[in-house]
Amino acid sequence: MAAPEFRTPELKPYPEIPVVVEGTMAHSQPYVAPPEHQQPLGYPGELVEDWQRVAIDKMGELVAKYRSLQVFLDACVKCGACSDKCHYFLGTGDPKNMPVARQDLFRKVYRRYYTLSGKYLPWLVGAEDLTKEVLDDWYRYFHQCSECRRCSVYCPYGIDTAEITMAAREIMASIGLGQKYSNEIIAKVYKLGNNLGLPQPALADTLEGLEEDVEEETGVRVRYPLDEAGAEVLLVTPSADFFAEPQVDGLIGYGKVLHQAGISWTLSSHASEAANFGLFVGSYQNMRKVALRIREAALELGVKRIVFGECGHAWRVAYSFLNTLAGPFDFLDSRYPVPQHIVEVTHDLVKRGALTLDSSANDERRVTFHDSCNIARASRMGNIPGGQFVLPREVLSAVCNHVYDMRADTIGEATYCCGGGGGLLTDDLLELRVKGALPRMQALKEVVDRHDVTHLVAICAICKSQFAKVLPYYGFEMDQILSLHQLVGDAVVLGTKQ
Amino acid sequence: MSIQINGKVLETDEEGYIQALDEWSPEVAEYMAKEDDCDLTENHWEVINFLRDYYDEYQVAPAVRVLTKAIGKRLGKDKGNSKYLYQLFPYGPAKQACRYAGLPKPTGCV
Repeated sequence: MAAPEFRTPELKPYPEIPVVVEGTMAHSQPYVAPPEHQQPLGYPGELVEDWQRVAIDKMGELVAKYRSLQVFLDACVKCGACSDKCHYFLGTGDPKNMPVARQDLFRKVYRRYYTLSGKYLPWLVGAEDLTKEVLDDWYRYFHQCSECRRCSVYCPYGIDTAEITMAAREIMASIGLGQKYSNEIIAKVYKLGNNLGLPQPALADTLEGLEEDVEEETGVRVRYPLDEAGAEVLLVTPSADFFAEPQVDGLIGYGKVLHQAGISWTLSSHASEAANFGLFVGSYQNMRKVALRIREAALELGVKRIVFGECGHAWRVAYSFLNTLAGPFDFLDSRYPVPQHIVEVTHDLVKRGALTLDSSANDERRVTFHDSCNIARASRMGNIPGGQFVLPREVLSAVCNHVYDMRADTIGEATYCCGGGGGLLTDDLLELRVKGALPRMQALKEVVDRHDVTHLVAICAICKSQFAKVLPYYGFEMDQILSLHQLVGDAVVLGTKQ
Repeated sequence: MSIQINGKVLETDEEGYIQALDEWSPEVAEYMAKEDDCDLTENHWEVINFLRDYYDEYQVAPAVRVLTKAIGKRLGKDKGNSKYLYQLFPYGPAKQACRYAGLPKPTGCV
């Protein structure tokens, strides 16, 4: 398995809009899901014979069901405001990665079959038949969108590109053309409760190991409980937190915070995954089925609160959709938000002075905070507008003395995707991931040069894995990405409060 | 896709992971390492063997921390960290070493 060959884009002194090169990413597409990853999700195993008719019918069904989708398809005036806002366009120069052009792969088919002018005068309105060539383009380019919605921020009509990508992916899965990475993962959640396929005994073994490590390091027996009925809090966190670095250091941090705050908590093997890839593939049914596991676990364990760990799109699903997908949550303690983010929990404790923090523990680190797209543009934290930007930064500043923001047009609601979101964090899309990370790497380099920043801090498992992989391509080290709660965990003084 | 080991054809997925895990033999790891221009040392084998033992017990690859701790115990504390494992397996201990060991590829946000 040789490393894929491509050139990493150069970091320039200032960001540049690339020269357009047609078809430069036409070779990039993910592996197609085999039948065993399609069928558990309710999709046909392989491309169905009359795929064109099925796809067009499905498009009609989605447009009728989601009025937003129809508005997004009808409203675009091709003003071009979005064209240079996509990290994949900026990193590749492929014109089909301009959000407007990518959407038009879908829009031209919609016009052909669902608008009067497109039915009778297709050549006049840019309407096209859904041919095999068009379908191939869909598969390539709707897997070159991470559903990050940065372009939507700049769209004067507020067109949500991610919804169009999701619709295209759902149509493709429905005709038997699903994406292997995402669908394999969803099927694993159904079977074992998490994306990684960690069975209960492996989880228990891993958590026991963490307890030993923390005790060895701090002398304090911090617990990482699994399936403990009667705990107050059910912590739902991405399974990468159990498995990978630097995610696991974040999990260690949550445990320290909850231990020190005296909050009883548990993880669940049934809902051992915060991620919900149903969102990425645009499938309401699958998103609901994944989300229901959290409800089932909460009921079974008799918890009073549900808290989410550091996972970007999970927080979108949790904050924006959980009640619709898996509610009502009238059995939980109504004094707390349903659900709550671990950053909100920690922030509240910090503000109340309930934790003793020694920020000098992080004095070796000079950090900058990466806003994850789904948290930034599809959710909130706390009860203030923009709380999703304020709370993590306030927590970070409470535990670290050297915090520097990146350029304003690359953070907050204008944040750039890490390059691996939306179901694209797979090795078969490595070239896309490396190139799509360009705008973030550019902004990082600026604060590294100006403020000697040593680490990027994130609150999303995908961002963390993506950065660990792509940082070396840009001359950084893979361990320059940290979990927010790793810094928190390092600063929390354990033991009796002074 | 497939690879041929000692005259026997083993099916693999697109990324080169063998499909039938019980068809694995040390020659599989040797073959894959050769393809990657990597010489398998005793230390590589410590990792591969640990992965296989762990998989036998838990039906999944070990978490990175579980792996680094175990390797630290076997090869010395200075080697019980990701940096060392990445020296052994530059494409990542989880993915490259699992492939050599005949385990399925870890999936998810990793």
